[in-house]
Amino acid sequence: MNLPAASFGLFGEAFEFVFSGREAETGGVTVGGTSQVLDLAARQLEVTLLALAVAVLLALPAGLLLGHYGRGEFLAVSAGNAGRAIPELALIALMAAAVGVGMFNLVVALAILGIPPILTNTFVGIRQVDRSSVEAARGMGMTERKIITRVELPLAVPTIMGGVRTAAINIIATATIAPLAGILTLGDFIIARNVYGDAGVLAGAVLVALMALALEAALAGAQWAMTSRGMKLKRS
Amino acid sequence: MTEFLAVTAAVDESFFTDRSGGGCIQENRLFCPDWVTDNYDRYLDPTLEHLILVGSAVAAGFLIAFALAVFAHRHRWLQTPFLAGTGILYTIPSISFFFLLLPLTGRGAMTAIIALTAFNLQIIFRNITTGLRNVPPDVTEAARGIGLTRSQVLRQVELPLALPEIIAGLRIATVSTVALATLAVFANGGGLGAEIVTGSNITFKTGIIVAGSIAVLMAILFDAVLLLARKALTPWQRAAP
Amino acid sequence: MSKRYPGAEAFAVEELDFEVPAGEICVLVGPSGCGKTTALRMVNRTVEMTSGDISIGGNSIREGDPAQLRREIGYVIQQIGLFPHRTIAENIGTVPTLLNWEKDRVRARSAELLELIGLDPEYGDRYPSQLSGGQQQRVGVARALAADPPVMLMDEPFGAIDPINRSRLQNEFLRLQAELRKTVLFVTHDVDEAIKMGDRVAVLKKGGRLAQFASPTGLLMEPADDFVEDFVGADRALKRLALMRVRDVDLWTAPLAQAGDPCEPVRTAVAAAEVPHALLVDNESRPLGWLSRRDLAGESVPENADSTADPLIDADSVLRDGLATLLQSGSLYAPVVDPRGRLTGVLSVEIVSDFLSSREASESELSAAERPHD
Repeated sequence: MNLPAASFGLFGEAFEFVFSGREAETGGVTVGGTSQVLDLAARQLEVTLLALAVAVLLALPAGLLLGHYGRGEFLAVSAGNAGRAIPELALIALMAAAVGVGMFNLVVALAILGIPPILTNTFVGIRQVDRSSVEAARGMGMTERKIITRVELPLAVPTIMGGVRTAAINIIATATIAPLAGILTLGDFIIARNVYGDAGVLAGAVLVALMALALEAALAGAQWAMTSRGMKLKRS
Repeated sequence: MTEFLAVTAAVDESFFTDRSGGGCIQENRLFCPDWVTDNYDRYLDPTLEHLILVGSAVAAGFLIAFALAVFAHRHRWLQTPFLAGTGILYTIPSISFFFLLLPLTGRGAMTAIIALTAFNLQIIFRNITTGLRNVPPDVTEAARGIGLTRSQVLRQVELPLALPEIIAGLRIATVSTVALATLAVFANGGGLGAEIVTGSNITFKTGIIVAGSIAVLMAILFDAVLLLARKALTPWQRAAP
Repeated sequence: MSKRYPGAEAFAVEELDFEVPAGEICVLVGPSGCGKTTALRMVNRTVEMTSGDISIGGNSIREGDPAQLRREIGYVIQQIGLFPHRTIAENIGTVPTLLNWEKDRVRARSAELLELIGLDPEYGDRYPSQLSGGQQQRVGVARALAADPPVMLMDEPFGAIDPINRSRLQNEFLRLQAELRKTVLFVTHDVDEAIKMGDRVAVLKKGGRLAQFASPTGLLMEPADDFVEDFVGADRALKRLALMRVRDVDLWTAPLAQAGDPCEPVRTAVAAAEVPHALLVDNESRPLGWLSRRDLAGESVPENADSTADPLIDADSVLRDGLATLLQSGSLYAPVVDPRGRLTGVLSVEIVSDFLSSREASESELSAAERPHD
């Protein structure tokens, strides 16, 4: 069994691939290296954040309104269930093949993946807000708009952010196969093995994993910062 | 654009000519019903593979998460580290996980199953933990007080009462895994993804739609089976007050 | 049988030492945080004691397996804690099943206990969520009784029940106890409940120290110190009413008549009786109604009386509840009936006030309280 040595060797090659680049499997040109890595990473982050922003902009207000007025529970809740059943690969492939490749279509496809969890969690988060808090706010003369933004939204932050994080993880993961839709992200290292070789594939896998973990950590931090202090106290 | 073309350029001409479907296929229209009726047989094996991928990954995920959750139920301080650990496994995208395993398990169905299992763990672990925590304390106190041992309390009281929550977790895990398992094709793991990325071709619309639809149907079916299982296993929840 | 519970950590219960005779109800009462629940829970080892010993029937509970011990001690808690996923019959059969009784025997025992607590056998197949709070608490008691344990621990068993049902459940339990003769340790924070339920009452103060251990009468007549006097309350004279059962006082007798009897002798009897009206009863002497002068004006007693016999007072209820019934209905007197509904006498407000003012009251109470409930 020389597996450990072999695996260490492959990790070494992946390391080399990231920092100095290696000759392409197809010969000739050098691939990898920090500039291409940063280029692709930036593109993956850009695609992810764009799609996440679109998903939040569409799903959050819808969830807030539905939750506030207690309407469309079936729609909001089954959206979350149905969203999970969408095969990411088929969605991206179909978007590319039937609508066309390119940034706009890709962002639309990724946003479709992000909307259900945000919609469902926003709805559920708002419905879970203690109705007496809402009644008290109304009794003090707050407008419905202010009730949503000053009372319900802050109290629902943890649940809503749970949905945003689920969406973000799914979007950044799916952005890895964006090269199938003509947008080159870090996933290109993984998918185009015939160009980058196993070193490139492993390097891509490590980079994508790190990027997803970093995004998740950043969103967890954002959630912590956005949660009102009173609620943190109650939880501990 | 060069790298992209490297992925998708080699359209396998024989793929279209071998199979009937006529002009619809030649023009690669959105959906060609004739082709489907002529070729439904080619989806049988990938569907079976997909079932095996999902079944193995969810079963393994359940067994591991169950063991972790029961252990952490007795040693509460372990819940946070277990949640964080499984959280990392959940966050790492499956497609990335396949290739992180490359030096250890190479390519193939086993690699895909391991990665999908890792993805599942937190969903199931979290639900089992929540379910056990939500058992009313007076019920466990009474159980202990009338002479059930700790393991009897767990088996006869806590786990049955946590069942709805546990099955809810299994439903989320199963449905997500059915969708994610289409990516197993990148790890040479087979499954329905192989009918989406046909050869090196991802432009065959009918194929994408059929394979994608089978995956969605499979998810719905799993979900329905688990829902029925919950109804059958929790008769007390149906009892009208 | 002796029980001794010296100190838990920081003396939640400190140097507690008393004995409960077999077959009696001993109530632990005290303000919240006095350690009474802790003391109770040390008996079945759901809380382990730091030092000291508790023995049941001469055997120390420290020997052997706690789970085994608990199967031999009935346990009822305020929140009941029925298993929501099991039917009522399965709930009741929990301990017998743990003790490996045969299935048929478990089923028979469940049915027997359902009958004992006055629930229809069909309730056996229902789930706890389908029962009212009072019914659930009865099932809780039945579950504790299932394996016929000699000792029962009851931790505020009726604390979560509304006052009317609580009183009913208390009476039912006393009736059961008269038959079953369990040795019961009963925790409550309610002095009235302690006085009503207990053969003996242990008043605990903070830190689980025993302030007084006495019969309910002893507690009311001779509080050991200011703490007990304070805790028992200023209205302890009235509380004495809770010590006497209606059947134990001298009741008035009313003239009786059955439908069809000639009226003349009844009219004569009414004129001479303590009660100014005659009672219409059926042939099992169950009261049907009060006969007015107009009812008795004719030849024979009519089938229906001018007014109903309500309210009826249960002979097993305590004097305080009997008085409350009278005051609520605004009547000066009311028929007293035994569990089968047969007339045993008539209770009046006058009887109660005589009882309170009489000097012998205390003595008769003392003797009544020394008698075990029968």
